[in-house]
Amino acid sequence: MQTNAAVTPSTLSRRDLPWQISWDIHTCTLCGRCTAICPVNAIEPGVFRKRSISSPAFGLKDKPGSSFSVYHGIRQRTDPGYACVGCSMCSLVCPNNSIEPVKSEITDMLRFHRDRAGLPRTRGGRRNNSESVLDQIKFIRISMLTDPALDAGRHEFEMRTLIGRVLSPAKAIKAQREKGWMPPVREIYPLLIGGMSFGALSPNMWEGLQMGVAYLNEELNMPVRICTGEGGCPPRLLRSRFLKYVILQIASGYFGWDEIIHAIPEMKEDPCAVEIKYGQGAKPGDGGLLQWHKVNKLIAAIRGVPPGVSLPSPPTHQTKYSIEEAVAKMIQSMSMAWGFRVPVYPKISASSTSLSVLNNLTRNPYASGLAIDGEDGGTGAAYNVSMNHMGHPIASNIRDCYIDLVKLGMQNELPLIAGGGIGKNGNLAANAAALIMLGASAVQIGKYIMQAAAGCLGTEGDRCNICNIGRCPKGITSQDPRLYRRLDPEMVAQRLVDVYVSFDTELKKIVAPLGRSTSLPTGMSDALGISDKGAAERLQIKYVV
Amino acid sequence: MCRLFSLTSRDPVSPIKAIEALEMMKEGHDGSGIGIFLSDLAGPFSKFRDLPILSGIFTQAGLRRQEDYMTGQGFLPKYRLILDVKDSPPPGTPPREIYLIQVYEPPQKWQSHAPEERERLMTRTRLTLRHMGQEKEDMVVFSFWPDVIMIKEVGDPMDIGGYLGLDREELFARRIMAQGRQNTNYGINLNACHPFFIQGIASMTNGENTAYVPIREYLSAQDVVGYEGYQSDSEVFTHILHFTLKELGLSLEAYKHIITPLQDSDLLVHPDRNFLTTLRQSCRRLIIDGPNCVIGCLPDKTMFMVQDRKKLRPGIVGGKPGLYAFSSESCGLDAVIPDRDKTKDFQPMHLDTAIVSPDCEEVRICRQTQPLPLQH
Repeated sequence: MQTNAAVTPSTLSRRDLPWQISWDIHTCTLCGRCTAICPVNAIEPGVFRKRSISSPAFGLKDKPGSSFSVYHGIRQRTDPGYACVGCSMCSLVCPNNSIEPVKSEITDMLRFHRDRAGLPRTRGGRRNNSESVLDQIKFIRISMLTDPALDAGRHEFEMRTLIGRVLSPAKAIKAQREKGWMPPVREIYPLLIGGMSFGALSPNMWEGLQMGVAYLNEELNMPVRICTGEGGCPPRLLRSRFLKYVILQIASGYFGWDEIIHAIPEMKEDPCAVEIKYGQGAKPGDGGLLQWHKVNKLIAAIRGVPPGVSLPSPPTHQTKYSIEEAVAKMIQSMSMAWGFRVPVYPKISASSTSLSVLNNLTRNPYASGLAIDGEDGGTGAAYNVSMNHMGHPIASNIRDCYIDLVKLGMQNELPLIAGGGIGKNGNLAANAAALIMLGASAVQIGKYIMQAAAGCLGTEGDRCNICNIGRCPKGITSQDPRLYRRLDPEMVAQRLVDVYVSFDTELKKIVAPLGRSTSLPTGMSDALGISDKGAAERLQIKYVV
Repeated sequence: MCRLFSLTSRDPVSPIKAIEALEMMKEGHDGSGIGIFLSDLAGPFSKFRDLPILSGIFTQAGLRRQEDYMTGQGFLPKYRLILDVKDSPPPGTPPREIYLIQVYEPPQKWQSHAPEERERLMTRTRLTLRHMGQEKEDMVVFSFWPDVIMIKEVGDPMDIGGYLGLDREELFARRIMAQGRQNTNYGINLNACHPFFIQGIASMTNGENTAYVPIREYLSAQDVVGYEGYQSDSEVFTHILHFTLKELGLSLEAYKHIITPLQDSDLLVHPDRNFLTTLRQSCRRLIIDGPNCVIGCLPDKTMFMVQDRKKLRPGIVGGKPGLYAFSSESCGLDAVIPDRDKTKDFQPMHLDTAIVSPDCEEVRICRQTQPLPLQH
């Protein structure tokens, strides 16, 4: 811009942006692939005018002067609406490695201008904070000479968990003898794929995950379960035998439940469970959100809504006004819909009120568990402020709940499912095992699966994070066929299987040295240590330095 | 790894027999302690078969406090045996004042109580004495139960056997369990010596229960008198057995199904699969882990041995009609029953419960894949 041009408050330079495009004029072929693929149009073909000064040697006839030439290249836009998100798709498609985004090391100014028209920043992704208490936890109780260490590769391991209300031994035996009602219980793999809706995810991503889950169950005998999230379920899946691998989620928008209820008479199998979502870790106290960009005809049809409108679920279930209403009646209604054959459990965001919910559930004979999602949980769309600042870490929350159950003697009766930030820095098995030993019966993951099974580019450094506007450059969270056709469902399925099989090996590599193989070591807190004294005290595990 | 030896006999046997077997297996224990459980007693104690016997170690002051308490509660002292020690204690054994074995007649009012209530009161009495002892460190109580004597001491088993004169006739018994201790995880602690005992049920283990903490937490919260004050990761085996028999009313055959349930491939073809699935799920927090060989004795004097799911510990049972023994190693059996038919020795594997009934006629093997006897 001209030096005397008007400067608006939101006029930024490249340096003010969080990501700068580094472009090499010498190797660029001007093929245009980078500008074509950029999901946010942060770069555009540029025509640059260049002035050359000539200053001939003294005494010659030529006088000093200047000339102008034109060259073509890549221009990074500085309008806050088009700021680079660092996804590096430009780098991915460049034939000559001529372009890449570089993360600025200084504090960007863009953050102060992401509220145009009074609309605060919304985005997808995660909390963008790489700190993790789970990563600090070490497994310290290694059996070596006091007993023979187990062989992760050759011994048998029983690592399944139970989802469902497990009766106390005396009650279970009584119910068995008297042929009374036994609450439904599922024996499943302790690593669940958490709720990511059809709508938040692209059709290809969903299909890939479902295929991978079916393969794990039917070919590898790993009872892996996947939750639908709040967005309904494709009609064919509802009527297929694969429904037994699926946890149906109902949330405050009830999206897709008209279709599900109508499909019940035609279901060949019961679903694994029903999850009632009251909250999620990424945006506690806020409802689900599917922005209009992603509500195409297909999504609208499955959800039973008109296309092209944003779908914000209310923060709470609107017809309910108290915990009794919200929890007891909903659990009972959902149980009744499947003849009390399907476990029904609520999912809440981790909060200092989690214990109240748990205590309520312990007195509800139909409650089949409690899923708790910590502040590091991810989402397809949320307000930036909710993601960054709202919520409770999962570690202490799950520990408090487990210790509460221990006091009540009910730690085998109401399974706790932990979620939020497991594997956020890549340490999936270690984080999952730590949460299990703190008291979780199972853990659920979402972002990790997107990263590992589909190549999601999001990191804890505010990279990409545009799941909300349907421009996912990998086609994972987009509803635009031009984008999601980039994602091959078969390859997603294959990667999902890779992830689970390698997780299984790593989990065994953790529990075998601890001398555990006969059952999942839920609550084995004596195995855990941490070098942070405050955390050790809070989690009631060993302080080790 | 600790060494275990137990014997069950039609005729009374000296406890020193079991210690001799431990001596044969000495490479496997470091002499850090011995625990002995005696039941089906011969000699003078056989006259008081229904009266509870208190076993423990006391200081003079502790003994007075104990007597005051028991008298105050209305117990009437009957026969008493004090193990008069010889000379000074062997190396590693601290000097103690009184090793007491005392028969009591319960208060008159107990007669109106149901048997279960009387059992609970006996356990409570033992716990009260234990708590009193912990408070002033002047008494250690091992058991308070009819027809049961327990002795525990720190040191080498053979030395202690001689020191306490365990070959005396008053201590002859038909059921004897003994552990030669190998101290590993915990500091040398008298209370951590096996066997452990609750309400007629005793068990001892060589191994390490890596699922100890979750099991302990679960048992402690079950509101059962006596599930407290755990000193050893093996103590929970005794309490799980008690829970199986007394709280759930199941038989010994179900014990193995609780501590190491069958896996799916076996469970799906088991005739009792529905019941066993229920048991596996509802008793999940009682599943043990790690290498463990458990030997136990029931209130009806049945003795048994089970192994962990992977059979990581040695264990052998053998003998002849009238005398059978369970041992960590076959050399232990050789020391006590050399004239048995060794071809009939049996080493229980990961699915087996080896059981010898009080008639001592034979070793019965119950495999987990077999149908369960009808559960009452």
